[in-house]
Amino acid sequence: MNFFNIALLILLTGSLAALAIRRSSLASWVGTAATVTACLFALTSSLHVLLTGEVLRQSLPWSVPGGEFALLIDPLAAFFVLPISLLSLFCALYAGPYMRHSGQQRSLSSHWFFFLLMVAAMLLVVTAANAVLFLATWEMMTLTSFFLVAWDHRQAEVRKAAWLYLLAAHLGMMLLLALFLLAGDICNSFNFSDFGPLARIPLGSASILYLLALFGFGVKAGLFPLHIWLPDAHPAAPSHVSALMSGVLIKTGIYGILRVVSLLPAAPAWWGWLMALLGGAGALYGISLAAQQRDIKRCLAYSTVENIGIIFLGLGFGIVATAEGHPQLALLAFAGGLLHLWNHALFKGVMFLGAGTLMHATGTRDMNRMGGLLRRMPLAGLLWIGGSLAIGALPPFNGLVSEWLIYISLARAGAGVVGFGALAPLLLFGLLGLVGALALVTFTRLIGICLLGEPRDPGAATAREADPVMLFSMGTLLTGCLAIGLYPQGALRLMARPLSQVVQTSPEMIAGLGQQVAPLGFAALLLVAILLLTAGLLFVIRRHRPLAQGTTWRCGYRFPSPRMSYTGEGYGEFAAWHLLPAFMRPTVNGGHIVGPFPAPARLHQESTDPVLVRLLHPLFTGIAERCQRLRWLQQGQLSVYLFYIFIASAVLMAWSIWAGGRGG
Amino acid sequence: MIGGLFLHLALLLLFAPLLLGIITKTKALFGGRIGAPLLQSYFDLARLWRKGFVFSRTTTWVFLAGPVVGLVVPLLAALLIPFGALPAPVSFEGDLILFVYLFGLSRFFTALAALDTGSSFEGMGAVREVTFSCLAEPTVLFSLLVLARLSDGLSLNTLLGSHLLTAWQSEAGASLSLILVCLFVVLLVENSRIPFDDPNTHLELTMIHEVMVLDHSGPALAMILYGAALKMMVLSALLVKLALPWQTGWWLGDVGLFLAGQIGVAVLIGVIESSMARLRLPRVPQVLIGTSLLSIFALVLVLR
Repeated sequence: MNFFNIALLILLTGSLAALAIRRSSLASWVGTAATVTACLFALTSSLHVLLTGEVLRQSLPWSVPGGEFALLIDPLAAFFVLPISLLSLFCALYAGPYMRHSGQQRSLSSHWFFFLLMVAAMLLVVTAANAVLFLATWEMMTLTSFFLVAWDHRQAEVRKAAWLYLLAAHLGMMLLLALFLLAGDICNSFNFSDFGPLARIPLGSASILYLLALFGFGVKAGLFPLHIWLPDAHPAAPSHVSALMSGVLIKTGIYGILRVVSLLPAAPAWWGWLMALLGGAGALYGISLAAQQRDIKRCLAYSTVENIGIIFLGLGFGIVATAEGHPQLALLAFAGGLLHLWNHALFKGVMFLGAGTLMHATGTRDMNRMGGLLRRMPLAGLLWIGGSLAIGALPPFNGLVSEWLIYISLARAGAGVVGFGALAPLLLFGLLGLVGALALVTFTRLIGICLLGEPRDPGAATAREADPVMLFSMGTLLTGCLAIGLYPQGALRLMARPLSQVVQTSPEMIAGLGQQVAPLGFAALLLVAILLLTAGLLFVIRRHRPLAQGTTWRCGYRFPSPRMSYTGEGYGEFAAWHLLPAFMRPTVNGGHIVGPFPAPARLHQESTDPVLVRLLHPLFTGIAERCQRLRWLQQGQLSVYLFYIFIASAVLMAWSIWAGGRGG
Repeated sequence: MIGGLFLHLALLLLFAPLLLGIITKTKALFGGRIGAPLLQSYFDLARLWRKGFVFSRTTTWVFLAGPVVGLVVPLLAALLIPFGALPAPVSFEGDLILFVYLFGLSRFFTALAALDTGSSFEGMGAVREVTFSCLAEPTVLFSLLVLARLSDGLSLNTLLGSHLLTAWQSEAGASLSLILVCLFVVLLVENSRIPFDDPNTHLELTMIHEVMVLDHSGPALAMILYGAALKMMVLSALLVKLALPWQTGWWLGDVGLFLAGQIGVAVLIGVIESSMARLRLPRVPQVLIGTSLLSIFALVLVLR
């Protein structure tokens, strides 16, 4: 526990110190140093818990009513502390060179203040053992990340994105307030350690609590259809902040759901089905829209929706399997979902940090203005391709391992159950396959349009390789991806204790799980070996054969221009018009040629979020219009308002007398 | 074990290009021509292998990664799949997912190598390839699930085990014949065959797979062609085992049966190519959605 406290203290003093320093370079230095040391301490304590299983707890008095500064690092909390501290460490390292340019124009002290506080808030959220403390740190996490998203607040779209995020986060917060007030009312305490009676409440109230948790935490986690803030907020934020938010901040929502489910009575199957179906729908929805985005960070944000969907699919199916009495299948599904959570933190870190280096080098987020970057930024490009392989669940990287576990769980459920009950897991299995194939469309597009071909813009033509520190951060995260892909047993061994906390299992079953994935790591190793061998062979041959250079074949056309090469829209069009339903297609404006001597026409294509634009926007506009009708209540006269206060007090008094009469 | 591995690899590496020759020969016979010799693809490979390279100025290492991955992936995938009655040398529970995703890896790098040239034609090919595979992949997975439902394991070795013979005679025969059709369609799509793609067309606009490798030359092109031949043999091994589930009990007999099956598939492809026209591009997704539904239907039939 001491190490964890030291980490928190370093983060808090570091944030204040950063706030006090006006000079950007010094503030960056202090911020980076504080985050790195603090994260190393937090990492040590989480590894200690994961390896030894010792539960660390501490409790300090706190003057807030109902509150207690109680921290608890059990394996489930440590499972989340590990990626939070790991990713924060590399994001902080990356932020130094990334923000250097921005720091010449304005002071970075406020950025580092909020960054350090956000890391501290995330660490506190997953370790808080008191509902009041939890909600306070949850709010602190929301506010600090809001300020980080709104860093470039001079741009209108950034302000809008940050505002949407704040709004969505607080709608979720209201559900969480209701959840913890109800739970606190049942248990007469706000300490998680006193939440024991929750496990004995009737199913009806438990379901209400579960739904509150699923949707309240789901907003933060990006659970479909509550993901609406995500595609706007991620592009608006600086890249290392997007990486941190997408990689770990939204995972605190999953932590919340897992924690609440572990407190509630044994879950009925429909809880799991609800989660798995929303997850599957989100995965398909997210990846289909990711294949349409021109903005590289928006594309990655939608891929986050997809991956969160896969995690929810795994965890939800795990709940189903537990409820229906298949502990083996539940273990596979939970292991897949949880491992995917770690994996996603690693490869989404690589991808967002890589997107940051491309933006930094070209000055744009628009993939149609990039191109040919692999020649100019060979290392950053290589790491980005590696990250894409991992995120597309391709061997030999880690994404395949976690998806494989979920696949196997679904397939075994489908093969084992008699009758049509087996159809649901089997269809989810096919859906996961479709999502994987669409991920291939998305990421070949992202890599192909951004990195390959010829530069489509002067900004891309003059791009230069990223700073070594930025490359080091990306490279280390990618090494982690490869390590889990080649040696998945290691990651599963580290996950054994958190797994046994969320699913009924025995050490033998966990050991068996390690043996099951071992061949996958072996196959990945074999693949790497044969690939290197063949590539070496080709390399040797190339040195001994005549080489000629020429231009690309363009059907005999002699004056090729980069403007003729494929664009992001062109690449996504085929899938959009042949695979997607009409409401998910991008909207095309303009492009009409009129008259016999037409003026130059312009064509603009845009992909907006259908849930936000077609569902939530009309809904909330409608509500706002209805509320307009209540404006006659606002008369603007003091006497009327006094009358309202009188009525309100009278009603409250009557209610308290009535409630008191019933003995409540 | 080691003997099995060598036999597997020898069969694959030696006989794969022959299948292409058989297809060409069949088409020539249908066209009333004598056609190229059966061993023409071997000659082509040898000739290309001795040549030098021509690279476009825009390309990077990714351009060469395409051929390398395209060759290695079918090689590794072949180790996971039984060749007729010869069991797969590498087999573990759940290897069917690896099998599917390995081909995803090769598709990823083939598409990237095409985009690396910066040519819009090659971009077009890449789009078509990755988009069609979105529809082919669920079909493959559902077909494998039908097999998984009929066996008691999740490795390709058990999926395509000896129980298939009894399964054909039981009620599951209908499902098996449905997935046989589905897998055959997938074989045609994945190997860019008529009616989905025409390997012999000479208009870049209408190509899918061929346009992606337009800029490759010399040994790299040889690797691509060889990889394509291997891929075809690996995917049709799935069909052969399904259609001819017999075991002779003698390894040479099994090899003979397997090769006979492979030749049969090649002749069938040749017949289809000779008797059908290429589908219009927008029709291809519709056909593939049809096979996906067919495979789901096959799955529902075995759930009963």
